Amino acid sequence: MSQTQTPAAVGSGTPAPAREVAPVAGRPAAAPVVEMQGISIAFGGVPALDDVALRLYPGEVHALMGENGAGKSTLIKALTGVYAVDAGTIVVDGREESFTSPAASQAAGISTVYQEVNLCTNLTVAENMLLGREPRRFGGIHTRAMNRRARATLDRLGLDIDPASVLGRHPIAVQQLVAIARAVDVEARVLILDEPTSSLDADEVARLFTVMRTLRDQGTAIVFVSHFLDQVFEISDRLTVLRNGRLVGERMVAETSQLELVKLMLGRELATLEELDREVAETDLVDRTATPVLQVLGLGRKGSLQATDLSVYEGEVVGVAGLLGSGRTELARLLFGADTADTGEIEVHGTSRRFRSPRHAIDRRLAFSSENRRAEGVIEDLSVADNMLLAMQASRGWLRPIPAAQRQALVSKYVEALDIRPANPDATMRNLSGGNQQKVLLARWLLTEPELLVLDEPTRGIDVGAKAQIQQLVADLARRGMAVVFISAELEEVLRLSDRLVVMRERRKIDERLNDDVSVSDVLELIAGQERPTDQERPTPQEAPRG
Amino acid sequence: MAETPARLALLRRHPLLWPVVALVALLAINVVANPGFLSLRMQDGHLYGNLVDIARNGAPVLLVALGMTLVIATRGIDLSVGAVAAISGAVACVYIAGAPDGGSVGTAIVACSLALATCVALGLWNGFLVSVLGIQPIIATLVLMTAGRGLAMLVTDGQITTVNNSTFAGLGVGFVATLPIAILVALGVFALTALVVRRTALGMLIEAVGINPEASRLAGVRARTIIWTVYVFAALCAGLAGLMIAGNTSAADANNAGLWIELDAILAVVIGGTSLAGGRFSLAGTLVGALFIQTLATTIPNLGIPAQTNYLFKAVVVILVCLLQSPRVRHALRVRRRTLPMTAKAGVA
Repeated sequence: MSQTQTPAAVGSGTPAPAREVAPVAGRPAAAPVVEMQGISIAFGGVPALDDVALRLYPGEVHALMGENGAGKSTLIKALTGVYAVDAGTIVVDGREESFTSPAASQAAGISTVYQEVNLCTNLTVAENMLLGREPRRFGGIHTRAMNRRARATLDRLGLDIDPASVLGRHPIAVQQLVAIARAVDVEARVLILDEPTSSLDADEVARLFTVMRTLRDQGTAIVFVSHFLDQVFEISDRLTVLRNGRLVGERMVAETSQLELVKLMLGRELATLEELDREVAETDLVDRTATPVLQVLGLGRKGSLQATDLSVYEGEVVGVAGLLGSGRTELARLLFGADTADTGEIEVHGTSRRFRSPRHAIDRRLAFSSENRRAEGVIEDLSVADNMLLAMQASRGWLRPIPAAQRQALVSKYVEALDIRPANPDATMRNLSGGNQQKVLLARWLLTEPELLVLDEPTRGIDVGAKAQIQQLVADLARRGMAVVFISAELEEVLRLSDRLVVMRERRKIDERLNDDVSVSDVLELIAGQERPTDQERPTPQEAPRG
Repeated sequence: MAETPARLALLRRHPLLWPVVALVALLAINVVANPGFLSLRMQDGHLYGNLVDIARNGAPVLLVALGMTLVIATRGIDLSVGAVAAISGAVACVYIAGAPDGGSVGTAIVACSLALATCVALGLWNGFLVSVLGIQPIIATLVLMTAGRGLAMLVTDGQITTVNNSTFAGLGVGFVATLPIAILVALGVFALTALVVRRTALGMLIEAVGINPEASRLAGVRARTIIWTVYVFAALCAGLAGLMIAGNTSAADANNAGLWIELDAILAVVIGGTSLAGGRFSLAGTLVGALFIQTLATTIPNLGIPAQTNYLFKAVVVILVCLLQSPRVRHALRVRRRTLPMTAKAGVA
């Protein structure tokens, strides 16, 4: 069985013709460990992948790029044996494979770490790493040997994590690293990281990249899927771009600029963001002498948020910045009545209200889009139309169904306005990409005609195109008078959109200021505090900085 | 011509295909064993025949299964329906037996209303345990499943209470416009339920709550009210079934009325294609499922097999249904199906 060395005819309509790709400088040329060619997959007659190729080289980080719905996940699932391919070949190490299950793919040395960490938080780090492959003695598990082996693997990755500690005690970032360590322990030759950085902060990302570099230098082929372009350019050697289920091209990162990549991904120039920047910068027409749409005083809940004051005015975007666990999500949930507050008062248009459930908040024209799209947003088995109309229908009550004609008009209006794809109201929600699901959820809330919209991480894990569209939408809504609370881990995004900025740390509000000429580094300093307390060296309570 | 394969493919993917195929196959077996099986005859203006018997005897299971479908769609289950049916029959019979005018139409109506009101109360209890206290449905309804028969015994004083009221008996054995009343009542409830559920937004909201309760709550769906309502509805359906069963024998048997009917109902729901995991449900599927179970019960003696072995055959059906719903088996079948048309295509080309 001789293996073809000719690269796949990369690119449909790209300037780069099929070419011999030069090996990365400093590393020897090697045969690809995985070579996928002519991969096509269709679901119910709708093509998800059409003649796509992917080559993974040992000792390289390969970024798989594309907007939501471009086919990245489908391609990964084809490689990991989750989906059977309709056409095309998968060659691993010169052997043609047809994986019929994830286990078969794993046995061939392909390991995947998904966006949501799939580990058991109630077991120890070592137990998680060696789950199903525990060293045994006398018919039982040899705990000491297990911890030793886990320790060895962690050391190899330069990770200082106690193998005997319970996984759930560690932050998500560490859990993610453990998931990678587990994948490495099974002697993975190909490691697929699907959006590993979407919930990590900068330090944690740096740590992850160190581990990735270590693995790469040990000869592992790494597939990196991320929406953060900066990170892609920092860590990757090679990239493959997909668009609408087709291969756009394969490039060396060193020979590609960010702008070029965005163009490849979108198939057009992206001036939207720059336009948006100008618009927001020019306007601060918010009247803060009027009665606020929403005003809370001393809102708090034991163990999740210390007493917090906040006012949001008509036509204003209040950005909330803060790390994971800073209380930003907790604040949003209390505002909406998703959790009930222990203390504090809520006034809507100057009238005191109590929200004992989301229902009460919705009746007062509030809307809340949760950061956890899958668990708290989408109804996976229902159609796009049903998902979109759910909140509106719930407000009307079951006895007053939305008439079919109105239903259709509303749904097609929002499908078009928000550019939801596929533009099929009867499509099952489960089959939409993350960005499109997010748009459907936004439509769900816009249909209730809210006066205050609370958005918690509305752009997390979605592609640049959809992200720009959602940001544009938020700016438009505010201009038309809606009050918006916008929460995001991405400071640039918060700063770009907000009229006023609230900074959260350690479950309380530490700063609030108008957003004129606030820079990212200003906010970073606030978030980090002067002394930059870290987990290892926590300041004593007396020294703790006061906001 | 070009449309035919597309239509066939659509039909092949229709969720009701396999339940209907199973029902037809079962009827075909009966016809082979007894060529006159499907024949109907008219006697004194009443329609008789095996098919009528199946529908009439299947009416209580269908009623209970209708309520069960909605409960299951919310990710719940109601084990207490058999006990509720027994209580319903007991309340009605004891009232009629004690009434001064035991044979009159009025007594029968009051008795039935009283029985159904009791069932609403029982349904409220179940719904309270599940939706307000948050007890797991299987445990919450197990309470009434075990205690309910005791309650029925208390009502009847441990005796089999027989009554003599032609109106009440009519629910089980009577005819209106050539058809048994039981069939008409069951179909009426079926049609009404389908109408309410699919013409209002109730069905969609039930499905939303069943698929993702937290997302539904955050979208403002009154999940508690909806869950409460379906348990009351399930109890009401069970009560109606209990009245039919009591009417059929003109007696309330606290120990045996509606015994194991909850399992038949769950089976009917599952055969009809509604997943026990909640979410999307199919009332039409439940109808087919209930008819299938009753046809099976009729088939066994018709083939000359002792009726006691009925449970064995039901078990086989359960296993088959479980196999067909298991992801692994489905996957295996899909792989085979995928390869088959391909070779066929190659043959043509």
